[in-house]
Amino acid sequence: MQKPEQYKFISYDISEDKQGFFTIHFHGKMDAQSSPEIINKLLDKIDSLSPVSLTADLDGVSYFDDFGLLVLIELQKAVKNKKGFFHVTDNRGKAKNILYLLESNFDRSVSPFKQKGLQRVVEELGGTVLNYFSNFKAAVSFLGSVVLSFSQICRFPKSLRINDTILYMEKTGVNALPIIALISFLLGLVIAFMSSLQLEQFGANLYVASLVSIGMVSELGPIMTAIVVAGRSGSAFAAEIGTMKISEEIDALFVMGFDPTLFLAVPRILASIIVVPLLTLFSDIFAIAGGLVVGVFILDLTASSYMTQTINVLSLFEICWGISKSIVFAVVISWVGCLRGFQTQGGADAVGNAATSAVVSSIFLIILFDSIFAIGRSYWR
Amino acid sequence: MLRVRNLVARYGDEVILNNISFDVIKGEILVILGGSGCGKSTLLRHMVGLSAPSTGSVYIEGADITTCDTKTFHNILKGIGILFQNSALLGSMTIGENIALPIAEYSGLPKSSVDILVNLKLSSVELEGYEDYLPSQLSGGMKKRAGLARALALNPKILFLDEPTAGLDPVISSEIDDLIMKINEKFGTTIVIVTHDLDTIFTVAKRVIMLDKKTKSIIAEGDPKHLKDHSPDPAVRQFFNRNAKIETTWLQ
Repeated sequence: MQKPEQYKFISYDISEDKQGFFTIHFHGKMDAQSSPEIINKLLDKIDSLSPVSLTADLDGVSYFDDFGLLVLIELQKAVKNKKGFFHVTDNRGKAKNILYLLESNFDRSVSPFKQKGLQRVVEELGGTVLNYFSNFKAAVSFLGSVVLSFSQICRFPKSLRINDTILYMEKTGVNALPIIALISFLLGLVIAFMSSLQLEQFGANLYVASLVSIGMVSELGPIMTAIVVAGRSGSAFAAEIGTMKISEEIDALFVMGFDPTLFLAVPRILASIIVVPLLTLFSDIFAIAGGLVVGVFILDLTASSYMTQTINVLSLFEICWGISKSIVFAVVISWVGCLRGFQTQGGADAVGNAATSAVVSSIFLIILFDSIFAIGRSYWR
Repeated sequence: MLRVRNLVARYGDEVILNNISFDVIKGEILVILGGSGCGKSTLLRHMVGLSAPSTGSVYIEGADITTCDTKTFHNILKGIGILFQNSALLGSMTIGENIALPIAEYSGLPKSSVDILVNLKLSSVELEGYEDYLPSQLSGGMKKRAGLARALALNPKILFLDEPTAGLDPVISSEIDDLIMKINEKFGTTIVIVTHDLDTIFTVAKRVIMLDKKTKSIIAEGDPKHLKDHSPDPAVRQFFNRNAKIETTWLQ
């Protein structure tokens, strides 16, 4: 019995029968492991030999598959380019089931790789534009569905899934409190410290308290809270609903007669509307505490003077302004998170894309709405 | 009970189903079968209103679900149950909560009665004692049975089953087949099954309709045991006899 190692690799030798008439004798296995290695060597050889006729002799071949055929196709192509003739001899019939494919022109078949060029660019551009339009349509349609669901809750309060709403209030609000408290405290600390470097030169240390409180309450508090909630909860909403979508759970809800928007989106949106303003208030308090630490320990202010200055400078309007911003941000984050979840199509990667897209879209919309608030305020005054 | 008339379904520009018409008779077990990608599941989605057809109608108990108002559609939905291919149990809820969900919503029963009913449903699919398990803690066969229990929660008049035995071993598959026949016998439920599992087809189907990927329409209708040997269409006989069609490739 022959040892299999003997036939592990392909080998070949070339004989010249008469001037310009060559034969390549193949031996061993022409398979996926061995065939690719010899293609380049053989093509170089043919380039130097420029044969009038080339015969591939497969009589010594012990195994032959489509990778072996690839060798023959490449040889045939190279010989024809040199205006030569290509023949195959297969007296043992090792390749008889596949050799007929040598006649097919595989170069003409459709490439699995994406075509390049202007046509592709135009196609992609058109596809992207259409995609944006359909996304916009879906977003408006989902917004309408959310509004209808809320109006249904106003008419029939029992249709609200109160337990789910409480659960999401805990997930979005209570569980986010430590990280928001820490970030806000450090932010207050940093703002106080950085502003003190400038204000100290004018002996205006006390105004550090004003800067921290106004900056945080009307601007940074709502924004920071919204960004953290978008990262934590917006992505979670998209991933949860997206997973339910691809595993047909939303279809199951629909067939059982439940409105998926009312069942899944409304509790999340309502929970966000309740807890994000509360988180924003906590963020403001912790940021002021951070500023207080810098004021007392670095700027030699007394705690009472710092707090008095903070209370003097903060009006009810500033606090309400920050809170109303945070309500808008809460709607944006939860709406976008749920929308991206419902738009999920495909497999596991689509869920990841939905979560990423939810965070990116939310942050963009938060900044956009913040700008609108800023412009609105400039007209207000 | 259910009538599909001239239904055309598309994904984008591609026609998936072309001019499909058939009836489902009250109390029967009808199997929709065909090779992979022939549009079986698409047809099922159209029959329960999850997708809207390009043209055509689906009548359930006389009402066209493609054109009826939301209230009528919701009333129709209460009369149907569906078992999805991967069971589609809500992952965040226990098996008991999954089954209780439609019962609590539509029956108006107190919680204690809903609990009893959930246990009854679970025992009907031999899953008693599993009400506090999450779907992720169950095997594939148990998930299918739990999904079946949820589909049966409101004793639907029509039960749709999408590949009920896909991915299950032969023993569990035959248990599910058995369960399907018992449901049909005991409750007189009309059952529409989408599958290409020949064992299930020959065991439970009283009548089949076969879809074809090429023509995008129905190519055979009748008793599967008769079609197996006597269908005039060779593609139908080939399907029922598991004959390979690979003749033109080098992989011989």
